[in-house]
This record gives sequence, C-alpha cells and structure tokens, in this order.
Amino acid sequence: MSEEKVSQSITVIPEQDVISWPIAFSVSMAGIKRRFSRAMITMLGVVLAIAFLCYMLVNQSLVASLITLEDDRLNILLQNNGVDIYGSGEMDQMTILLLCLTLLTSLVGIVNAMLMAVTERVKEIGTLKCLGATDQFIVRAYFIESTVQGICGAGLGALLGLVVATIGSLAVYGSYTFTGFPVGGALKSLLLSLGAGAVLSILAAIIPAFLAARKQPVEALRVEE
Amino acid sequence: MSEVLVSCKDVKKTYVMGKEEVHALAGISVDILKGEYVSIMGPSGSGKSTLFNMIGGLDIPTQGTVTVEGHSLADLKSSQLAWFRCHKIGFIFQSFNLIPTMTALENVSIARIFAGASPAQAKEDASNVLDKVGLGHRLDHLPSQVSGGQQQRIAIARALVNEPLIILADEPTGNLDLKTGEEIIAMLNDMKSRLGVTIITATHDMKMLSSSDKIIRIEDGKVKRVDTQADVKVKVGSIDGLEVM
Repeated sequence: MSEEKVSQSITVIPEQDVISWPIAFSVSMAGIKRRFSRAMITMLGVVLAIAFLCYMLVNQSLVASLITLEDDRLNILLQNNGVDIYGSGEMDQMTILLLCLTLLTSLVGIVNAMLMAVTERVKEIGTLKCLGATDQFIVRAYFIESTVQGICGAGLGALLGLVVATIGSLAVYGSYTFTGFPVGGALKSLLLSLGAGAVLSILAAIIPAFLAARKQPVEALRVEE
Repeated sequence: MSEVLVSCKDVKKTYVMGKEEVHALAGISVDILKGEYVSIMGPSGSGKSTLFNMIGGLDIPTQGTVTVEGHSLADLKSSQLAWFRCHKIGFIFQSFNLIPTMTALENVSIARIFAGASPAQAKEDASNVLDKVGLGHRLDHLPSQVSGGQQQRIAIARALVNEPLIILADEPTGNLDLKTGEEIIAMLNDMKSRLGVTIITATHDMKMLSSSDKIIRIEDGKVKRVDTQADVKVKVGSIDGLEVM
C-alpha cells in the first residue's frame, strides 16, 4: 500500500468483478476446515442415508450373484434367509419406497443444516457484502460448502454401505461371499450411491445459497450476536 | 476550499412497520468535505446508523439523494454498489465484525481479493497493512486468539487495504477500554493526516469529538446542529451539558 491516496475520481462506477470459482472454493474450504465438527454433523445425515442405499444395492447384487453359483448348500442358506432364489432378483416396491424416504429425509436434513448455517452467519454475510462481495460470490461460497459436505458424506456413506454389506454376507454365507463377489455390481452400486449423494447435496444447496445471497447487508449487520 | 465529497440532500427514510410508518430520517441535508474528520452524534434511534448506511451504499433513501464523488448512490445497480463499497469505503464496526473462521491475514486479504487482486498479491498487501497497524506478528491468529483492541486493528487494516476514499466507523471505540480506545482514535487521526482519508464516525466518545473537524448532531432523524472544531474549542467545558474536558 502506498502512502499516497490513489483513489481517483471516476466518471462511471464499474460493476464489481465476480470472484472466480477456485477462490470461492478456497474460502469455503477454509470455513469447513475450521468448523470441522459442525461439518461432520451435517455430513452424518448424508453418510447414513447413502450407506443405507449402498448397502441395499450391494446386498441385492451379491445375492443375485450368489444365486448364479447354483450351489445346493448355498441355495438352502439363501432360502433360509428369506431369498426367493427363483425370483426376478429385483427390489420390491416397499424397499424402493423405504429408500426414497431415507433419501428424502437426508435431503431435508442437509437443507435444514445449511439454513441454520446461513442464519447463524447472517452477520458474516453482511460483513462480506460491506467488503464488496457480490451476491454471486455468496451463492458460490455456500453452494460449494454444501456440495463438498454432501459429496464427502456420500463417499464415506457408500464405502460404509459396501463394507457393512460385505461383512453381513460373510457372516451369513461365509466364504461363498468371495467366490461369488460381484465386483462389477459392487462398483456400480458404489458409483450409483455416490451419484445419488451428489445430486442430493446439490439440490439441497440451492435454496440456502440463494437465501444467503438475498440477505441485505443493512439487515444482516443489524443482527445482534 | 476543499471539494464536497459526500452530499446528502433532504434525505428521508421511512420504514413501514405493520401499519405504522417510522421516519428514521426526516429530511437530512449535510455536506462532508474531502479529508474531513466528521463525527455524527445522537442518541440511539436518532437515525445516525441509517445515515451511515446511506453513505456506505448499504441502504437507499426513500426520498432525497446521497451523492459520493458526484455519483448518486440510489442510481447504482447492486453490483456497482458492491464495487463502490469495495473500492471507496472502508467499514469499521463497533463489534469488529471479523470473520471468525479466518486468520488476521485472511480477514484482510479477502477484501483485497474482492478488489480483484490475485491471492498471492492480496496476502502480500494484507501483511504489509497488518504490519503497519502493529500486528505483523499476529498474521496467523484467529480473531478469537487476539484481544479486542487487536481485533479492531485487524478491522482497521481490512478497511485500509483497498485504499478507500472514506472510512465509515460506527462507534469504533464502543467495545474497547479507555487506553485501547485512545490508540484506535490516534490511528484514525494518523490515517486522516497521512493518507488524506475522509473519516466519518458515529460516536459517543468525547475523545473522538476533540479530534473532529465537524460534529453533526442528529435527533429524531433531523440535523439538530453542526459544530466545527472552532465551535467546540470555544465551548470547552460542555457540549449540550456533556463534559468535554
């Protein structure tokens, strides 16, 4: 900074530049890092929902794969566990409904957590706007925060679901799990769960991010801590 | 004679609360010259914060005009107002308003980034300014890890980093002890004389009044009186019954 004042009179006030995504990303990540425990709680909702989804998907593909082994002893084990070995192997409607409800609950959970984050940080948003932050910057920062939390949660959840499904299968079907382990199917389930988690968290991020950006600095600054 | 930097002409602000209309500002006209140190005084609810927000481009008047450097703020789009706040105004708040998850360096450099500097450049500029306010050794501390006075100095560094035209300080010493408050006032005075920045403060602090070029007293949304430094010196002893010395 020079000692001399450099602000010059200008004829037209220009529009504020939009801060690039990478900079908004680093600002958001610093926030997540320092509010880590809070971020973990927000993430937990996604982890559990996606773990459940991934567990169901992996389990289904495992059972389908075990049926194709056509081992008599295994078939008895499968039937003892309530598997219809002559069935289509597809999920029944109740299971699909249960999965949808779980995902919806998780969606509401993230929206709620992010709305609380916005309310808590109203003053911060007001201050950033005083410093020259545009609405787009605020949208980007909150959008990134929510999406990063959602995708990390989805990744952890998908892994958790895979591990639990494998352990569950090992406990019931023992070494058959390895002989008939559907690598492709498991991978597909993982990716599907991850994708569902990503879509979920991006959807959940939209409303809070826009609400945050709409806060007028003047009302935001009036908030008492 | 210095040029007029901020000009408020018959500024009115009316809030509608339920069925009632509240006149926060009931026709205020003041001019503030370039390089002046102006104190705005008034009881809470008098409208001084509203006037503050108008000058800072945070709020627009219901009637009348606020011009800064000849630009009528009410005519600007929100992205132009963001540019204006970023490049022309440095805000200092009573409760410091630092971002709690950012270090001192990040709190200052974010303002530079908004002004278009690269992250590396922003860090360099921020650390230079923090050094000047005596916090060169506290760059990586979070606001919660430093004292109130140091937090306000971080806020001053943040307000200065983009070399603004006007510093708007809302009760900058309100949350500080006497000695720290004096340090902050000295720092504002120094900024005015060294950088030629126009300083507008809302204050109850008598020590701030003695360094002001102009004191605008507001009551019920109207200017009650404007005193110059000469007026204050003549009336040493009291301003409307309040002891100065």
